[in-house]
Parts: sequence; C-alpha cells; structure tokens
Amino acid sequence: MTDSALHPHSHKPVNWLRDVPEYQGILSWLTSIDHKQLGILYILSAFAFLVVGAFLGLLIRIQLMFPMNHVISQEAYNQVFTVHGTTMVFFVGMPLLFGFAVYLTPLMIGARDMAFPRLNSFGYWVYVFGAIMMFFSFLAGGAPAAGWFAYPPLSEKGYLFNSGQNYWALSLFVTGIGSVATGVNLVVTILTMRAPGMTLKRVPLFVWMILMDAFLVIFSLPALNAALVMILFDRILNTHFFDATVGGSPLLWQHFFWFFGHPEVYILILPGWGAISEIIPVFSRKLLFGAGVMAASTVAITFLSFGVWVHHMFATGLGFAPLYIFAVTSLLIAVPTGIKVWSWLATMWGGKLKFTTAMLHSMAFLIQFTIGGLSGVMFAVIPLDWQLTDSYFVVAHFHYVLVGGMLFSLIAGVYYWYPKATGRMMSETLGKWQFWLMTVGFNGTFFVLHILGILGMPRRVYTYPLGMPGWAELNFFSSCCSFILVFSILLFVYNLIWSFYHGQIAGPNPWNAWTLEWLCESPPIAENFERVPVVRSRRPLWDLQFGSGGDGENYHA
Amino acid sequence: MDLKNADFTSIFNVATAQNKLLVDLHWFTLGICLVIAFVVTGLMVAIIAKFRTPENDDGSEPKQIHGNTRLEIIWTAIPMLIVTVLGVLTAVTMIMVNPAVGTKKPDVIVVGHQWWWEYQYPKYGVTTANELYLPVGENALFEIRAADVVHSFWVVAFGQKMDAIPGHPTNMFVHPTKTGLFLGTCSEYCGAQHGLMRIIAHVVSKPEFDDWIKQQAALPQQSTDPAAVKGKELFNSATCVQCHRIAGDAEATARIGPDLTHIATRGTLGAGVLENTTDNLAKWMQNPQQFKPGCNMPNMRLTNEEAHDIAVYLENLK
Repeated sequence: MTDSALHPHSHKPVNWLRDVPEYQGILSWLTSIDHKQLGILYILSAFAFLVVGAFLGLLIRIQLMFPMNHVISQEAYNQVFTVHGTTMVFFVGMPLLFGFAVYLTPLMIGARDMAFPRLNSFGYWVYVFGAIMMFFSFLAGGAPAAGWFAYPPLSEKGYLFNSGQNYWALSLFVTGIGSVATGVNLVVTILTMRAPGMTLKRVPLFVWMILMDAFLVIFSLPALNAALVMILFDRILNTHFFDATVGGSPLLWQHFFWFFGHPEVYILILPGWGAISEIIPVFSRKLLFGAGVMAASTVAITFLSFGVWVHHMFATGLGFAPLYIFAVTSLLIAVPTGIKVWSWLATMWGGKLKFTTAMLHSMAFLIQFTIGGLSGVMFAVIPLDWQLTDSYFVVAHFHYVLVGGMLFSLIAGVYYWYPKATGRMMSETLGKWQFWLMTVGFNGTFFVLHILGILGMPRRVYTYPLGMPGWAELNFFSSCCSFILVFSILLFVYNLIWSFYHGQIAGPNPWNAWTLEWLCESPPIAENFERVPVVRSRRPLWDLQFGSGGDGENYHA
Repeated sequence: MDLKNADFTSIFNVATAQNKLLVDLHWFTLGICLVIAFVVTGLMVAIIAKFRTPENDDGSEPKQIHGNTRLEIIWTAIPMLIVTVLGVLTAVTMIMVNPAVGTKKPDVIVVGHQWWWEYQYPKYGVTTANELYLPVGENALFEIRAADVVHSFWVVAFGQKMDAIPGHPTNMFVHPTKTGLFLGTCSEYCGAQHGLMRIIAHVVSKPEFDDWIKQQAALPQQSTDPAAVKGKELFNSATCVQCHRIAGDAEATARIGPDLTHIATRGTLGAGVLENTTDNLAKWMQNPQQFKPGCNMPNMRLTNEEAHDIAVYLENLK
C-alpha cells in the first residue's frame, strides 16, 4: 500500500495508475463511468481476446501446415475460422479502437469526461456480455460455422442447425447496439466539449479521425443490425428473407452485410491512422505535413467508403453497370489513402527521427499498410478481382491491412500512450524484441499467402490435396512463421504486465509531445485537468513552450 | 487419370482467351503497384539513413514545415491519373471478357451442390458430374447455378471465377485456347467439405469432345457380368436410387446426388478425392465419411460382397 492510498488527501503527486485514489478496489473498475478506466478496460479486454483469436489463428495454421492434415476435423476447423474472424473484428478490433477513442478523446480535447459517461459504460459492458455470449455457444451445442460474413443460405438453419449461428447473430446484434451508442457519444463529445479556442480545425488529427470513425459507426452498424434481425427471424421464426426457394434473396444479405462491412474496414483502420498521425510527428520532431489535406482526405474516405461495398461482390454477376460504378469508387478511394502515406513520409523527411518502439511500429505500419493498400487497388480492378477474390490472396490482403496496418499502428499507440495511462514507461528492450519478432512473424506468415492465392488456393479450406505445386511448401513456411507471430503477441502482453510493475516513472510528458493529454499528470487525475489552457493551434504544448508556431505558421516551405 | 499431371495451376497460366486479357491487365496493374511499393520503401530507407537524430544532437527542433501545395497537388494528380487509366482498362476488359449474353443459350450449365459439381450440356441432353469437358477453340457460354448454398466456380487457369447463388443464375464465357487437364476448387465457403469440392476440367480437341459427348448422350452399356447384374438389382433395391440417376434405369431417376449414368468414364470419385477404380468405389460406398467427412452420402452399411457387386455394375456404365 502506498502513501497516497493510505492518505488520499496527501498532496504527493500520483505517478502510478494503482495509486490513483479514485481507482482503488475492483468495484471502482466494475462500476466505473470514468472514460479513462473504461478505455483501459476496453483495451485490456481487446488484448485478452487478441490472445484467444491468435491461438485460433495458430490452430488454422497448424491444420494447414501439411496437405491432407487432420489435426482438427473439418467441422471444428470451420468453427475455428469463423470464431477467429468474428473475434478479431468484433471483439478485438472494435474494442481496441473504442478503448483508444474513449480514453484519449476527452484528454486530447481538454474535456473532463465523455459527454455521456453512463452510455460509455453501457457500450463497454454490452460488448463484454456480447462477446461472452458468442463464446458461450461452444458450450451450447457448437460454435457458429458460417464464416465471419455468414452468407445465407449456409447460415440458415436448414444448413447449420445448431444454435451457434443464433448466438453469433445475437452477440453481434448486442455489441452492435453498444457500438452505435459509443459512436454517438464520441460525436457529441467532440462536437460540444472541446477546450476554449480549440476549433474543429485545431483538434488533433487523432480526434478528427475518431470523429469520422464515429460517423462511420453510426451509419454502417445499423445495416448489420438490420441484417442480423432478419437472419434471426429466418432461423427462429421461419421467415424467408434470404431463402431463394420462396422468393427471398441470398444476395440481399450480401448487400446489407457489406454496406456495413466495407465501412467497417475503415472503422478499424481510421484510429490507427490517427495514432500514426500523432506518433510520427512527435518522433520526427516535426509538424504533421499537410494536416489540412490529411483531414480533408479522411472526410473523402469516410464518404467514399459508403459507396464501395459491392467490391466484395464482384464475382456475383450483377451486370456491367452496377459492378463498374463500384470499381470506380473503389479506385478513387485509393487516392486519398495514398495522400496519407505520402504525407506521413513527408513528415519524417527533414526531421530528427527517434527510433523508439512506437516509431518502429509506425514505420513498419507504413510499409505494410502500403502493401495492403496496393493489393486493395488490385481488387478494385474488377477483372483482377475475378481472378483473386476468395483466394488466399484476399487473406493476405486483409491481414496486411488489419494486422500489418491496424494492429501495428495501435500497438505503436500503446507504446506511445502507455506512460500516460499507467505512469510507467514500457520496456524498450522487450519492445524492440517484440517489434522485430512481430515484423518477421507477420510478414513471414502472410506475405507468402499472396503467392498461394495466385497458385489457386481458395480461402477457408480445411485442408488441401497432395500434389498441388507449391502449396505444401508455402503453407508450411507460413505456418512456421505464425508461431513467431503468436510468440511476439505473448511477448507484447508480457511487456504490458512487466512494465506496469517495473517500468520507469514516466512523468507528464516523456516524449516531449504537443497535444493536450501530455499536459495532464501521468496517469491523469480523475478530473483530467486542473486547468485547461486556451488552445491556439493544433499543438498547444508547442505554443506553451515557444510562445507560438504550433501550426508551423512561421515556416512556409 | 492422375490429377498430379494437371496443367500448372496458376492464374498466370493462360488457358483461355479470357484469361489472356485478365493476365495482361494483371501484369500492367501489378507493375504499377510494384513501382509504388518500391518508391515508398525506397523513401523509407532514405529517410532512415538521412534523418536519424545525430549522436551529438543539440536538442533543437528541426525546421517545421506545415505543407507544400505543389507536392500535394502532384501526389494527388498522379494517382488520379493512374486510377483513371486503370478504370478505363477495367471497363474495356470487363466488356471483352463478359460481353452481353443476349438471347444466347448456355453451352454448359454448372450447378454447385454441397460438395460436388453437376455439369449439364443442354444442347446435347447430357448431364454429368465433377468432370467438365470442353472443346478447345470454341467460346462456350456458361450458366452457373446453385442447388443449395452459395458456391463459386473457379478453374484457376481459366481466370475468371463466378459465384453460384441460389435464385440468381450467372453467366460467363470460357474460350479455351489449349488442351489439357485444369484444376480448381469451389471458392466460396459452402460448409463442411468446401475444401475438397474440387473442379476438374478437361480441354480436349473438337473430335475428342464430339466422341465424348456422343458417348455421354447414349444410354450406358448393360454388362452381363453376373456380379454386375446382381449389383444392378442391389442398386435399385437399396436406397441408392433415392439420390442418384442412371439414364435408362426406370428406378434410378433422382437428381439429388451426382448422375451416375456414365460414372465409369470418370477419372475420380467424390469430386476428386479418390481415383475411380472398382475397389475404391466399393470402399467409398461402404463408408464415404472416411474419405470425405461431412459429405451428404451416408454409410450404406453394405457387406464387402454387396459393395463389390454394385461397384462392378457401376464401373461398367460406360
């Protein structure tokens, strides 16, 4: 027990999360409506599910290590990849981004908490119970097995009659409601609770991207929720929304699902972009290059992302015009995305780079996200999509975006903001080991999958025949590397725990960064700020240090 | 037939006129993507080399640059130009690969079933399963259907894949330009045996195709081998006929499982999981779940002798 816990009124500054007087005892966490506690809970839950999801992924790779391998049955395999995908998207990706969003947004805009603290808590707990509900299906007669996008008729009860698919739909429905609630909460917080002087042009890029992200959540999740209600009605009440034999349409589900599903990709990646847009400038000691264009390109992506969903359906024979329109939008969305990559590179150019673990992850993100983005452009070219869709090339593509992109950028975010949240620095030694192992493991596991797709290996196969040229060798290589990847994730979790007890004391601003959260104590006091300064630029702490120049207005290249 | 002798399975193996167009566009697009990837990686290497903080750094901040309008216009305009070119090529290639079908009747109807393929040649009245035959040099119109869940038909070297969606028949053209054996697998996840729902396509010369289709259109030979005669009786009296059809056999008219009219002319069993021999067929009938776990054919609980007799009967259906 430390002094401050024994004497909550003493004026000794609190420099460790465990010593914050308001956070004592498990109940203070379980009943919390403090955005910082909820943010940390979100992120910890996400990492717990990340470990579960990673082991499911490892099981997939073990099964595919050799041709005609039978470590698990085809039935178990189909459940494993379904739960892997669902877990990673809904129980890792979403809570991870919400964790960053609700933890950082009030701190970065100089607010005391979210606009609706109880709604914030509701969103988190609904997610926890939703996730538990899906995993409960393992005990209730079998997990869902229709893949994470659950195309009917396969997901109808005529083909998958165990209750796993019902649990899947209910679980996502429940978490979907929580997501929309948190989305609304974020929009209101950002629009109404900014510090004096912080116009929308002056919010940090991270907050701007979270604002766009929240709009995406609000407008796309309802499409999924509607579709989930329909499939539940089909399964439980014998309706026929997706049953072609009596006039329903399986394609209807695909439209609904991808109307949610494509914006979802941007929902997942936007907070990562936001994190990168904070981290790269700080460790290059430079202003973000072209911040205005960066903000505008995010708006463009937000709008365009609602008009690209059919590129998941290019092989459904919808006819020239409907397909081609979506090819055009899908190609167009590459332009604002490219602008971001060039802007990040230009930010580093001419800077004084510090290769911290956070920066290393950001730099690997840049290369890996570029690869994932470029293979995405290939899918927008419809004739190439006809060749590559539903092959292992797709698996490679979206793992480059979601692991090489989202996960790397948010792990960079963890290294960057961990000192703020806990008061302790993360171990850079462990961090650099973890970074290199993860980079090697990730690229080794997923790069070769591009080639497997080109060689005709379809995704979601529980095994593959002997004698297909190259398949056995490439799968074996990928599986070996996946062990390194999973080990690096465990090492990261270990670093989180080790540093919590043994990390150096961080102090309020260990990176000499410029946004408002670094003005708070580390960890911030329960009220966040004792007083909030008037904000005059995107970098208020630069202004505090130098008097002006936060937006680089004294320098025009 | 040994599937290991198949033509190289790769999207870059040009086996059809359509895939020629796709591959040309693919190389062009891939080339652009590789150039961009190298530029980004090269810049990153240069940045790492040039801009790391020097050891004797004085702690001052570098020059702050808020942006550069000219650069920003360049890196918006060049990608716009690239995607415009790609957009035009996309349209041209799409129209050439999938021209309007109009009133043309399909040459081949492909029906995806859990977990095998039915091929119909409506112009010849032929229905067969799991092994597709096409004449080289003729542009065939395919119609793709699904009997149960969503599947996707993809012979890798043909290039284009096309989903099979219940209630939504789709079309594509296939114009083979070289003969050989080409492989694929169902490429939309369809349940337990999605992984071994293999596609086997023979592209043969026109005379060979004519011979093949003539044989398929005819009624199968009736063997007088006593085992075969016994086998036929067993086949018609057991539950086999609840699912399978054999042309000319009044008992066997169901169309749930693969059509067995000319099963002896096929190279494999169970959509590519076993070589088609009498012994293998007998084993398959005794326990299909051993070879294709989860498939819809139940264990028929046949004795060795019964299985042998039915296998002899079926292996005479040429």
